[in-house]
Amino acid sequence: MNIHEYQAKELLEKYGVAVPKGIAAMNVADAVKAAEELPGPLYVIKAQIHAGGRGAGHFKNNPEGKGGVRLCKTVDEIKEAAEAMMNQVLVTKQTGPDGKEVQRLYVTDGVDIAKEYYCSVLLDRATSRPTFMVSTEGGMDIEEVAEKTPEKIIKCAIDPATGMMPFHARKLAFGLGLKGDAMKSAVKFFMALYKAFMELDAAIVEINPMIITDKDEVMALDAKMNFDENALFRQKMVSEMRDESEEDENEREAKNWDLSYVSMDGDIGCMVNGAGLAMSTMDIIKLYGGEPANFLDVGGGATAERVTAAFKIILSDPNVKGILVNIFGGIMKCDVIAEGVIAAAKEVDLQVPLVVRLEGTNVEKGKELMANSGLPIISADDLDDAAQKVVKATKEAAAQAA
Amino acid sequence: MAVLVNKETKLICQGFTGSQGTFHSEQAIAYGTNMVGGVTPGKGGSEHLGLPVFDTVEDAKAKTGCNASVIYVPPPFAADSIVEAIEAEMELVVCITEGIPVLDMVKVKRALDGSKTRLIGPNCPGVITPDECKIGIMPGHIHTRGKIGIVSRSGTLTYEAVAQTGAVGLGQSTCIGIGGDPVNGTNFIDCIEMFMDDPETEGILMIGEIGGSAEIEAAQFYKDLKTKKPIAGFIAGATAPPGKRMGHAGAIISGGDDTAPAKMEAMRAAGFAVSESPAGLGQAMKEAMAA
Repeated sequence: MNIHEYQAKELLEKYGVAVPKGIAAMNVADAVKAAEELPGPLYVIKAQIHAGGRGAGHFKNNPEGKGGVRLCKTVDEIKEAAEAMMNQVLVTKQTGPDGKEVQRLYVTDGVDIAKEYYCSVLLDRATSRPTFMVSTEGGMDIEEVAEKTPEKIIKCAIDPATGMMPFHARKLAFGLGLKGDAMKSAVKFFMALYKAFMELDAAIVEINPMIITDKDEVMALDAKMNFDENALFRQKMVSEMRDESEEDENEREAKNWDLSYVSMDGDIGCMVNGAGLAMSTMDIIKLYGGEPANFLDVGGGATAERVTAAFKIILSDPNVKGILVNIFGGIMKCDVIAEGVIAAAKEVDLQVPLVVRLEGTNVEKGKELMANSGLPIISADDLDDAAQKVVKATKEAAAQAA
Repeated sequence: MAVLVNKETKLICQGFTGSQGTFHSEQAIAYGTNMVGGVTPGKGGSEHLGLPVFDTVEDAKAKTGCNASVIYVPPPFAADSIVEAIEAEMELVVCITEGIPVLDMVKVKRALDGSKTRLIGPNCPGVITPDECKIGIMPGHIHTRGKIGIVSRSGTLTYEAVAQTGAVGLGQSTCIGIGGDPVNGTNFIDCIEMFMDDPETEGILMIGEIGGSAEIEAAQFYKDLKTKKPIAGFIAGATAPPGKRMGHAGAIISGGDDTAPAKMEAMRAAGFAVSESPAGLGQAMKEAMAA
């Protein structure tokens, strides 16, 4: 789960991570009020969307204009910038060409930057340990740094048994060439960041840039946090920060039904049990020249209600011209799935071709139910057969519609 | 022979009296798995499915002599259960639970260091040696005893591999689901090593996913082996868009090297027969065996 920059900074500040003073605003008037409350004489106004590259981005209504992060010298300039950003669509490297509508702004104190750095904490899967990554190349795309100048990235894995020790933090600070007060400030910063990462069940905390001010103080100028969905049950504060308007409507609805759904750009809707098989089903559709419209894992305990909900979610995508149901029933019985599919197809008055492949427990009963349902369900024998049939049927349906 | 589990395996179930624990224990017993009891804290001294229930794993081990445990405990409490089994020095722990917070698993992984326990999972279908011992949620009847050792990060895709290796007449020695989470107990390399040492296993089928570097490391490991057995493989997620979570927390493309094409390429370079299609698993395995 992602949160906004201002929310991340609010959380990090609670753990003692230094951030520039800032106030979030939901409208232009609030943004102006926020600027009036800040000391000045420099302000920064930042569009709050769940995507990076805001500063270098552009607004759709003004492609040649300024981006989503602007430096202002007066409250009037803040007002002007807020008006230009609020409810406008910001396009960045990470949003894709459609961009994202800006509904929240963050007005912060402008700070004097002596130097910029990069800092992140994430779980290194290779070692199964929380790991710091820091670099002198602040404000840059870290993937690019890793590719071109990997020697400029310093890593430090933390043993979960001891947690982060001050020497870990000193190692990072010295690695960045920091001395004196800046080093001490950095140590405090890293220790606080680790505590926040662990206690909030973060998946990643990325501070880019991390800065040193002209007063040798280390601060987070930007902050990006992503959280482990599996741990949200014990992270009330984080869960409440969820901004549903940033999420895909279908993905949100799927979550309500405990379905795992990701929308894609194609025209073949998929309903599969198991994440690996669901991914593979998309892969094989593509191999046969089709384009999957979604990833959908109904999980192990699919009931008729959930199958119906899954169908509705798939069909709410107007691009869907055909559906493939691929179930390898283990504990889940094929006849139960068949009943669910038949009920769902009737309830939603299915108008697109439906290919069903059933395998596993009670497969014969399941196939029989399908055949006797009176519905034009195309039955498939195996994965290969299913993929070929759905690609063919979808192309025919699309041709007829056109 | 097979690996990890056989007729001698004495299994207990943690979370025994819960609905999942009950259902899958019944299935395991029906399959012929040698179940000797279960653990549900607070219900020690009672009986469930005709087997004794204990309050602690330590107690269960002392009274039954069990050497393996399967865990069906809900995600918030699963790490606790795994660590309890590790401290009781269970030889094999299979954790089926999906949705364990990853930082809980980081601590579990640390607890496994230097312990006597091998952990399979979490978030996995389990381990099965056909006709001998079924630990987990896989449907027993699709398996046929044979020559192929299967190791996979996915559940239902493993069933696909089982059905296909069965259909081409190869069968399975042991199938291991290592789970889809970013931090797990046993990786591909561990399993390949076990299969290499097992005389009954004549070929290995490895099913991976996008995300992480486990498959690339396994490919390198296989490449460096002095003696080899035929190996085939597949990677799910060629069509997955970058950065999107595809059901498994581990299946996130975070860099350049953990994509399906990069992994398939590394596997091919190491001598795997790689199937581009999930429907070609059995065929790829058969070709690897014939080569």
